[in-house]
Amino acid sequence: MASGARNDGRFEPWKDPSAEPYIRVERVTKKFGDFVAVNDVSLKIYKKELFCLLGGSGCGKTTLLRMLAGFEEPTAGKIFIDGVDMAGIPPYDRPVNMMFQSYALFPHMTVEQNVAFGLHQDKVPKAEIRQRVSEMLDMVKLGQFGKRKPHQLSGGQRQRVALARALVKRPKLLLLDEPLGALDKKLREHTQFELVNLQEQLGVTFVVVTHDQEEAMTLSTRIGVMNAGEIVQVGTPSEIYEYPNSKFVAEFIGSVNMFEGRLIEDEPGHVRIHCPELGGNVYVDHGVSAPPSAVVFAAVRPEKIVLSRDKPASDDNVGHGIVKEIAYMGDMSTYLVRLDSGKMARVTQPNTWRHADDRITWEESVYLSWHPSSPVVVIE
Amino acid sequence: MTTHAEGPTSQRLSAGVQLILRVLNHFPPYRWTHARLLKWGVTGRTLVIAVPYLWLMLFFLVPFIIVLKIAFSETQIAMPPYQPLIQWLGEKTVSLTINFGNFLFLLEDNLYWKAFLNSLKVAGISTFFCLLIGYPMAYAIARADSTKRNILLMMVILPFWTSFLLRVYAWIGILKNNGLINNFLLWTGVIDQPIVMLQTDFAIYIGIVYSYLPFMILPLYSNLEKMDLTLLEAAQDLGCGPFKAFMKITLPLSMSGILAGSMLVFIPAVGEFVIPTLLGGPEALMIGKVLWTEFFNNRDWPVASAVAIALLIFLVVPIVYFQRLQARETGVGVHR
Repeated sequence: MASGARNDGRFEPWKDPSAEPYIRVERVTKKFGDFVAVNDVSLKIYKKELFCLLGGSGCGKTTLLRMLAGFEEPTAGKIFIDGVDMAGIPPYDRPVNMMFQSYALFPHMTVEQNVAFGLHQDKVPKAEIRQRVSEMLDMVKLGQFGKRKPHQLSGGQRQRVALARALVKRPKLLLLDEPLGALDKKLREHTQFELVNLQEQLGVTFVVVTHDQEEAMTLSTRIGVMNAGEIVQVGTPSEIYEYPNSKFVAEFIGSVNMFEGRLIEDEPGHVRIHCPELGGNVYVDHGVSAPPSAVVFAAVRPEKIVLSRDKPASDDNVGHGIVKEIAYMGDMSTYLVRLDSGKMARVTQPNTWRHADDRITWEESVYLSWHPSSPVVVIE
Repeated sequence: MTTHAEGPTSQRLSAGVQLILRVLNHFPPYRWTHARLLKWGVTGRTLVIAVPYLWLMLFFLVPFIIVLKIAFSETQIAMPPYQPLIQWLGEKTVSLTINFGNFLFLLEDNLYWKAFLNSLKVAGISTFFCLLIGYPMAYAIARADSTKRNILLMMVILPFWTSFLLRVYAWIGILKNNGLINNFLLWTGVIDQPIVMLQTDFAIYIGIVYSYLPFMILPLYSNLEKMDLTLLEAAQDLGCGPFKAFMKITLPLSMSGILAGSMLVFIPAVGEFVIPTLLGGPEALMIGKVLWTEFFNNRDWPVASAVAIALLIFLVVPIVYFQRLQARETGVGVHR
């Protein structure tokens, strides 16, 4: 994964307290009438990051992006880009370009004219415009389509024109509103990597809005998960996935089994949660801080659960149930197991062997178990 | 049947209609008629198109041919006041007399081409002012929020609920020497002599611009209303100020609306008769007035018909040009 490679290269400016953030969003609120679209959001985004704002529809992520672009003014709070307060600065005076969800290509202009549009506004000399446009079109592999009109292009080609048009001005910050939303699955996967390569090549800071968690995981250096106008968690893809800080984030990113329970042991080194739904206790080998005997949730990812016919040795982190559904997905299979309490648990197992005669099958009695490091304890 | 031959049409027919067709298909008379019609190449689709065609044939093409016929005939003091083109002389002879004299007369007497040029001028200037006033109005309506928009549109259409003639007469009351404007100006003391406005070219322009303004606003509105506003945001994002974004994006994209509105104003304004007669002076020379005089005062039907034909030919040219332009623009105006 591209982001993984980057993390190995130690691109983690957010861990460096002396690093100056490129974008600072300070306690920004945006109201439309009585409706609070963005509620008291603070955010720091660093140079050359590929930051994803992730959330369901209506969570305020697009409004936040539009405030960065200058199409909306915050009701309260401040936005700084490169240290400059953006209050009152119109979109055409910001060092920012945006790629629109609908692409917003000018239908009466050719591809070349679309891409050259921004450069003409900046009064760049004609010869330079021609050169930069053709370079940009080559970069997005549209060299021979310059004379076409947008309606003569396919969806993927239009997406690349929109990208070229936004990048040709060499902005320091590019805002992308659902950049891959209109593409089909295959093309989307392919374009994801192109986008990351382009971003690394040009060293531009990207802020991407998306509702697709898979897209966010693949693209970003960090993700800001949004819900109901608020940022609920900011972190790297693996932090968000492995250490969700709330039930919402755990359920929003990937799939998860939530076992409701009460803390019965709360030590710095471990916790034990009594889960009636599981029919036993969950033992977690890292401490959490929650009020004693509070209602908590032990979140366990489906791929971290092991299925077996025999009862595991441990008493904790074990459940028993009957296999109700099996979904074969090629690389792995998903089992829906009805626990003795009636709760349905989701388990995925890799299909390591091509011919496994001894596979667990429908209506079999099985035990679920997992390693004490696997569960994450979250509260509502 | 038949369903195969009709393929795409049948698919679009509702289930109910299909059921009726299936039942009808069991009756031999229906089947025979249908088969015979298909053999002649008559399908449901051609029948549907045939209705407006027949309508236009009856009420446009036939009258046009009659007028054309009169234009090529000679005047006579009789009833009707022209000689027939085709005469049955008996003895297996038919005589066909074509008289180009009427058209040549239009060229000889400079009254006609002067009137024609003046009409073009009046129509052109009126169209320009309609555009100048109508564009901002259409723009404001298209950008107004949806509740206000319907009220504003209603206000544009409202004058049509009163007779056109009445509205032009009302302007006489406003413009005449002891009319609304002059009385007001005299009362405030701005002037001490009434300004002569009625029976001038100014009054004609006022009348035409006022009467035809909705025909400019409505096509412009429907064009501007369809525009994707994110295009303007994109232009701003790329460094365009609001005015420049209007000039580079909104204006070019509304060109088909501008052309449609201009045609709708220009073409009827050229032949306008009522407004110059009521508001203009006796010397106001417009082709519509000339046409009226030839027909009803001079009772020279052939010359009047020739004027009408010439006018039609001159107006068809811009229409054809406009349609060609539209055909070229097709697909460009549609974003997606």
